[in-house]
Amino acid sequence: MTPAAAPAALAPRQDLRTANLLIGLAVALTLFIVVVPLAYIFWRALSEGFAVFAQNIMAPDTLHAIWLTTVVAVITLPINLVIGISAAWLIARFTFPGRKLLLTIIELPFSISPIIAGVCYLLLYGRQGLLGPALAAGDIKILFALPGIVLVTLFVTSPFVAREVLPLMQAQGSEQEQAALTLGASGWQVFRRVTLPNIRWALLYGAVLATARAVGEFGAVSVVSGAIRGQTNTLPLQIELLFNDLNIVGAFAAASTLTLIALVVLVLKTVIEGRTR
Amino acid sequence: MTLAISHLARRFGATQVLRGIDLQVRQGELIALLGPSGSGKTTLLRIIAGLDWPDAGALSFDGSDWLAKSAAERRIGFVFQHYALFPHMTVRDNIAFGLSVLPRADRPGKAQIAATVDRLLAFLQIGGLADRYPAELSGGQRQRVALGRAMAIEPRVLLLDEPFGALDAQVRRDLRRWLRGVHDSTGTTTVFVTHDQEEAFELADRVVVMNGGVIEQIGKPDEIYDHPATPFVARFLGLTVELPVTMRAGRAHAAGLDLTVLPRRAIPDGPATLFLRPADILPVPDPEAPFRVTEMATTGALLRIVAEDDTGCRIESEVPRRDGRDLRQGQPVGLRAVAGQIFPGSGQQPAQPIHTPKTLKEARP
Repeated sequence: MTPAAAPAALAPRQDLRTANLLIGLAVALTLFIVVVPLAYIFWRALSEGFAVFAQNIMAPDTLHAIWLTTVVAVITLPINLVIGISAAWLIARFTFPGRKLLLTIIELPFSISPIIAGVCYLLLYGRQGLLGPALAAGDIKILFALPGIVLVTLFVTSPFVAREVLPLMQAQGSEQEQAALTLGASGWQVFRRVTLPNIRWALLYGAVLATARAVGEFGAVSVVSGAIRGQTNTLPLQIELLFNDLNIVGAFAAASTLTLIALVVLVLKTVIEGRTR
Repeated sequence: MTLAISHLARRFGATQVLRGIDLQVRQGELIALLGPSGSGKTTLLRIIAGLDWPDAGALSFDGSDWLAKSAAERRIGFVFQHYALFPHMTVRDNIAFGLSVLPRADRPGKAQIAATVDRLLAFLQIGGLADRYPAELSGGQRQRVALGRAMAIEPRVLLLDEPFGALDAQVRRDLRRWLRGVHDSTGTTTVFVTHDQEEAFELADRVVVMNGGVIEQIGKPDEIYDHPATPFVARFLGLTVELPVTMRAGRAHAAGLDLTVLPRRAIPDGPATLFLRPADILPVPDPEAPFRVTEMATTGALLRIVAEDDTGCRIESEVPRRDGRDLRQGQPVGLRAVAGQIFPGSGQQPAQPIHTPKTLKEARP
């Protein structure tokens, strides 16, 4: 505070006014774009009392949607971790033909609209799709069922872990791992005792981001899930459904649950960011 | 004879980094690999460690083929230039790492590992640091911990890559003596890489001078210092004054130079090149001589004198300040060589001595 005080006192008064104006503008924008809508969700959800709110949450279809969303998140997380670490490790530690290409492919889901991912899966696994007849013959159901939802969620969330871990691995280099090797450690020991502890915060951060996205994904899932109530409706889809049914309190109740999950993730992310610095 | 290296070659892409290295390291020896960056010394060290593999050649230890073994199987201690300590482990856990990853059957008990670590900590004089993390240590302390971690597995060979490269001058000198002491009391065969000749000469039993992927000279520090085997080694060791001379009956001659002190050499008559250290040239007042003093500058203890003749040949010398009392700017002087090295042929350009490099990094722009 004190070191900044001297130059600020010397600065022309007008600069101070401009600064205040800009800060005020930023606060106002944040309030109207982010804070007020979020607060409004909770206000509307609870507007008819907590009993009605609880009743809406406990509605079987909504409860199932929460359950399904959780299942999808729990299945995709470990797969994302394994894919992310492997990809980051491969790119950071080895040079091979196609390394740049792999890097691009990993980032591809970021630049493709999720709905296109959904459509791709529909064209590939759908009844009229490329693999449709073969799957039908084997009585394997991918679309409009859990496997389809998990697959598109994986597609959409796959870049997060690698994106967080890769820069760290590249910055740290492989000297510590080589040191562990010369000290007699096996490949698994090197990974568990040297590599993993070094990337643990980045890994957790990537996992949190991927999970937040998995829980909130709408576009891609809406194409492949079929939105069957009480069966293949995830929480975001359930919210849209309730909203279209003009069940406003129900929609807001479900939305507040999803928002709560997102806020918990956000707090986690902030805590982790604090640890990494 | 413990470590035998023969015809070792290694290429990275289009660059031939090692071109046929032959070297034998005896049990208990302390060897320095000395050379400028890009001379291949670190690559050689990494191949000995099992962190890199040659394209051709052989590497064996006590008769067993090391190229067929992994780094872990060779049981070497490797100290990295930037230490590569594990940042999430305490000093104690860093040093214990090599013992704690042993297969269960060979692994000492917890108490035994702790005792070994304690003994090492005391031996390396870092007992008070056991529970600190690497981030809380100074460079010199990290270096000691890195060495302790490598020594905990009782390595057959200790390999150090630029062990003092990242430290300041005072710590460097202290650690150098300390490392020599550690080596003398453990007797572990040790190879270290450096670009600092002072470091190599003070520390090593034998010095291996490398340049461009080949070994230029192997010898005891004094041998190399007094008798550089090639023009590269001569320049590298500070013989930066290069003069064209004429050989007659094993003696070198050049106008204005008194070379009588130099021993006879078995070099055929004809043109040759004389390499001198600026400190081995003494300007002597002589009205007949072709050189004149054109610059005089004191560095405190030393007087730096530049002498030039009519052809523009500049020769720099360094004498203790007292010895230069009689010299004046513009005075005609003869130059007496106290020591020097002669190589046949006159391929070298005439003297361009501007400064005396202390390290190879300075010598090579």
